[in-house]
Amino acid sequence: MSGNTVKVDITVNGEQTSADVEPRLLLAHYLRENVGLKATNIGCDTTSCGACTVLVDGESVKSCTVLAVQTDQRSVTTLEGLSPEGGELHPMAKAFREEHGLQCGFCTPGMVMAAVSLIEENPNPTERDVREGLEGNLCRCTGYHNIVRAVLAAAGQDPDAEQKREAESDASRTAPGFSTGGAGA
Amino acid sequence: MIPVAFDYERPDTVDAALALLAEHGEDATVLAGGHSLLPVMKLRLGAPELVIDIGRLADLNYIRVEGDEVAIGAGTRHRDLEASEVLATEVPLLPAVARTVGDPQVRHRGTIGGSLAHADPASDLPAAVLALNGTVVLRSARGERQVPITGFYTGVFSSVKEPDELIVEVRVPRTGAAGWAYEKFTRRSNDWAIVAVAVVDGRVGLVNMGPTPLRASATEAALAEGASIEDAAALADQATDPPADTAATREYRRHLARLLTKRALTTAAGV
Repeated sequence: MSGNTVKVDITVNGEQTSADVEPRLLLAHYLRENVGLKATNIGCDTTSCGACTVLVDGESVKSCTVLAVQTDQRSVTTLEGLSPEGGELHPMAKAFREEHGLQCGFCTPGMVMAAVSLIEENPNPTERDVREGLEGNLCRCTGYHNIVRAVLAAAGQDPDAEQKREAESDASRTAPGFSTGGAGA
Repeated sequence: MIPVAFDYERPDTVDAALALLAEHGEDATVLAGGHSLLPVMKLRLGAPELVIDIGRLADLNYIRVEGDEVAIGAGTRHRDLEASEVLATEVPLLPAVARTVGDPQVRHRGTIGGSLAHADPASDLPAAVLALNGTVVLRSARGERQVPITGFYTGVFSSVKEPDELIVEVRVPRTGAAGWAYEKFTRRSNDWAIVAVAVVDGRVGLVNMGPTPLRASATEAALAEGASIEDAAALADQATDPPADTAATREYRRHLARLLTKRALTTAAGV
């Protein structure tokens, strides 16, 4: 086995960072320990809970399942990078505050980053799109209701109106996690 | 959890990756998106001496029509399958299956080549490619060969791929307007399938009903002979060997295979 290190240059929140790292170093640990950004939480450490979600080149990833070397020469954004210190809160963070989209707060950084990526890919999500789009993030407080409302609000929608529409449009909706057999013919 | 230390190479070309595989063979592992490999390494169920990162080889990232087939580069991510306009019209089963893999974060990293190479019988894409009668293109420093997916898998986490070979492409027939459906049963939305069934053009692929992805051959034969969906689906668990685990017993999986096959065939038939 080797103890070799590899030099990485990673743009984190717009700033160049660089270090000699072991190839086995996980991105989550690089961000927390090498760069010192502690907003990114490590929850399950098994790609399940999404607490460690950050953006790599604008797309959400779980940083406990990405090697730091895989993001060499790439751009990483953490929760700290969304809202510059002393400036305005990012619209997603602001919506989480206004809709009270958090309870204990542990899942919040990952939720916000996953939601930013979700809106980037689907700027006009339905309530269902939001719930499905956040399937990779777990809230142990089960505070999903307000989280979903926050994401809808951040996308410029009225959460009350959208939730009413969703409820009326899909009265017989299948429970989450059960396939509705999406298909064509 | 921290993987055992390893050496890391990130070759710039496919040929350079093949040269590394030729030199290191069984001591090396290929890293693409890493969403099967890294969990294995973090749990220390695997400890390769060398990790060859092919994640940036643009040559392996494409989806294009070639004659009667669509050729998909092995490095194509689940997210790219999901969003592909070519696949939406030519092979609509694949984007629908890709959309059920893990969660958005996983789909931003995981690749079709990685999923096929990992050979987990609970994975979605291998059974979908099996239902499509696809072909796996393997390349090594020794040359290239095409292996029909029907002969690719040999057991749990194993295939005919040699240690010096790299999956470079997956080829699937253009199914166009042929009926299709994917029925996946999970307890949580981002879980592996307890059982799933892919149907396309009268062929049926089963997820997690044996050590490899399987075809429901008895169902397919019955359909070809004109049996009703109900009667054909009742044969879906024949010649399967489903696992028993904390999620389900063998008999429950057999039940799911029959039920999901019936649903998928019904949807695919547009009934």
